[in-house]
Amino acid sequence: MGKAKTYPDFWLSYEASLKTNLPSQLEDNIFVVLDTETTGLDIKKDRILSIGALTIKNSAIKANEAIEVFVQQERYSSESAKIHGILKKDSEGQLTELEALQKLLKMLKGAIIVAHHAKFDVTMINNALKRNGLPKLMNKSLDTSTLYSKTLSRRDRENLGGHFSLDHLAHEFNVPKGDRHTALGDAYITAVAFLHIISKLKPASLNNLLKKDRFWPFW
Amino acid sequence: MKNSISERIADFLKKFPPFSYLSLEELFDLSTEITILYKTKGSIVFKNGEQPHDFFYVVHKGAIALWKEDENVVIDICDEGDIFGLRPIIANDTYRLDAKAQEESMLYAIPISLFKPYAKENGSIGNYLVESFASNTRNPYSTTHKGQLLGDTAKFNPNNSGSRLLDVQPVEYSDNIASVTMETSVKDIARLMTQKGIGAMLIENEGLPVGIITDKDLRNKIATGNFGIDVNAEQIMSSPVITYPTKLTLTQAQMAMMKSNISHLVLTEDGTVNTKALGILSKHDIMLSLGNNPAVLVKAIKRTKSVDEIKPIRKGVMNLLMGYLDQNIPMSLTSKIISELNDACIKQVIGLSLQKMEKEPPVSFAWLAMGSQGRSEQMLHTDQDNALLFNNVEESELETTRDYFLKLSKHITQGLNLIGYEYCPADMMASNPKWCKSLSEFEQMTAKWIMNPGPEEVLLCTIFFDYNHTYGDKALVEQLSAYIFDTVEKYPIFLSHLATSALQNPSPTGFFRQFLVEQDGEHKDTFDLKRRAMMPLVDAARVLILSHNITGISNTWERYEKLAQLEPTNEELYLACSYASKALLKFRTRQGLTHNDSGRYISLQSLNKEEKMKLKRTFKTVKEIQQLISVRFMTHRLR
Repeated sequence: MGKAKTYPDFWLSYEASLKTNLPSQLEDNIFVVLDTETTGLDIKKDRILSIGALTIKNSAIKANEAIEVFVQQERYSSESAKIHGILKKDSEGQLTELEALQKLLKMLKGAIIVAHHAKFDVTMINNALKRNGLPKLMNKSLDTSTLYSKTLSRRDRENLGGHFSLDHLAHEFNVPKGDRHTALGDAYITAVAFLHIISKLKPASLNNLLKKDRFWPFW
Repeated sequence: MKNSISERIADFLKKFPPFSYLSLEELFDLSTEITILYKTKGSIVFKNGEQPHDFFYVVHKGAIALWKEDENVVIDICDEGDIFGLRPIIANDTYRLDAKAQEESMLYAIPISLFKPYAKENGSIGNYLVESFASNTRNPYSTTHKGQLLGDTAKFNPNNSGSRLLDVQPVEYSDNIASVTMETSVKDIARLMTQKGIGAMLIENEGLPVGIITDKDLRNKIATGNFGIDVNAEQIMSSPVITYPTKLTLTQAQMAMMKSNISHLVLTEDGTVNTKALGILSKHDIMLSLGNNPAVLVKAIKRTKSVDEIKPIRKGVMNLLMGYLDQNIPMSLTSKIISELNDACIKQVIGLSLQKMEKEPPVSFAWLAMGSQGRSEQMLHTDQDNALLFNNVEESELETTRDYFLKLSKHITQGLNLIGYEYCPADMMASNPKWCKSLSEFEQMTAKWIMNPGPEEVLLCTIFFDYNHTYGDKALVEQLSAYIFDTVEKYPIFLSHLATSALQNPSPTGFFRQFLVEQDGEHKDTFDLKRRAMMPLVDAARVLILSHNITGISNTWERYEKLAQLEPTNEELYLACSYASKALLKFRTRQGLTHNDSGRYISLQSLNKEEKMKLKRTFKTVKEIQQLISVRFMTHRLR
């Protein structure tokens, strides 16, 4: 065991914010709903092109607290550009990966991450953190895909084939899909879905909600 | 910072007033500072008595019900795009209602600190808000909010917004007034007028207007030799002068001239003869500023020699009507002028029909307009509803007299049909012997209705009792009215029957919300404006005015104005009814002109937010007047 590596201040304050216990009541917690647009779906090779994130506190989203950052990346695939429309030459206003992560970590202080297929986004961010010599994210996270399935009856789940795309959620919760495939647009759809899901599941406490996400149903 | 969330918000808000009045840049600035709130069904946004929040709210999705909790009634349901919770912030008041999510809802909370400057600086927004608050208080002229808006009374006083409607097209008058004293000789006056090329000379005494001399006076009084050439101004001037304030619209000026049958108006500082004259307005000035003009049309109608010639003139009337609606001229004025013109047409048709008859009428008679025409609420062409009332004759003469008048009526109804009045499908026309009767026959008929008011009789009353004298012997009509009132007084139960029929069509409160939920029905996507909003008001006015023994007022809003005078405790409600009647008629007329139909069925999708709001306000009024009627006439006893 060597001496603990020293990390930059922004990481240390992020780390500190997550040392204390989270409030037990849902409405006292900060949820950061995020989405990443990436060069592809290969978590090893592909990179983050943009991150959109917004904060939900007590069922409210403040428009001016939402962020949408674009990340400079060497690796670039024209295939994925078709989907998210981020072209490499749109490099103005782009941040370095480290700057983008710094901005995100500031927002994630003391928060719970919410994302659709959260594992992918969290892994992509962790890989980026690793590239920049930083440890993994420390936030608890919730996956709207899993949570959504908990709101359905067994039959509905089967009918939907267990696959709950963000498009499906957008349709289900009547969110216009105009901003689909921009990071913040998708984060917004995810946020609306999350709010709906909570109102349906009515978890008694934060732990209760986290548990619902943790155990995959047997079906 | 602008991002796709604030863009999304801006995209939504720009569709709805008052945000639609903001520039895109302003809208983005505002949208960036908005908080999106998610409300589960049944959750509270604010409660009665609570201090106002720093935000007001716009419904993005779902519906918010505004409750008066102590009475457990829903006052309003706010839909997508509706604003709520603004009034208390601006009026520095606590919330007066509970706001509760009727269903799962998303709200935009807009910080008042950011919005207030826009509301103060942007007139359209201010006016919209006045209108919007008024919709919660029923009456746009309500005193409740006077001077409370934004603390800027001069700019947003509701009364100002009322007069804004009147400032349609201000008159342009000549302020280069030629005036002389009373002692000036007529010769000098004529010279001056020729020299200056003017048609009228103002006569002043000690700087104040006392009379006027026009070309016409010189022709009628001097040239005829009735007065010598050496008289002075005082002897031939028209005096006193008709004065008006300079803030006069074209329409008002026209009305003033038509009313007094004069060709020049003197405009003074305060509108009375006690202040200095500031300008003279001639008929000619008006003609120049207004091509389509009622006075011209009336003249043209009177000059016609056959019914065929009236038809094209009626087209001019429709153009005039469209112009008035475009310019937002108050409906009471518009309807007066248009009714006047319609009346002139009908009178001309009657006059021409009389010429076709071989003999003079055997006895005096009166032509009655019934239904909407009788109420002067017929703007667009609708059905003919009319009756002919003739003086009593000997029993032996009755049928030959009737034959004469039936023949006359046939000419008239044909003529009216020719100029665009559809025949009445129920044959309620003077050409039908049932509606061509002597005074005593009409008396018997109405007495029967009043004493035995079955549904059929009550329906007949609702049409007949709004009659209005159009032509002929007015005294006959007055006798009939007096008889009807005497009879009603003897059989008060009749009023309860009439009241019951006035309640047949329940007020459409909350209609829009319901409509959004239920998507089918016979008139899918449309709303029966006549049956659901106009008729309840018309029916209520009729029964109330009858109960007060008031004759001679058949127009609905005039009836309400009279009722407001008679019952000061209900003044606010009656004035709201008067306003609502006008607003609805305007609405219907506009719709009719737009879609080239009767305007009765309204497609909700074609309405914008403001129009919906206006309609909603009238619905509230309908509900309240119906409550008043059901209590006053104890209609439950008849059920």
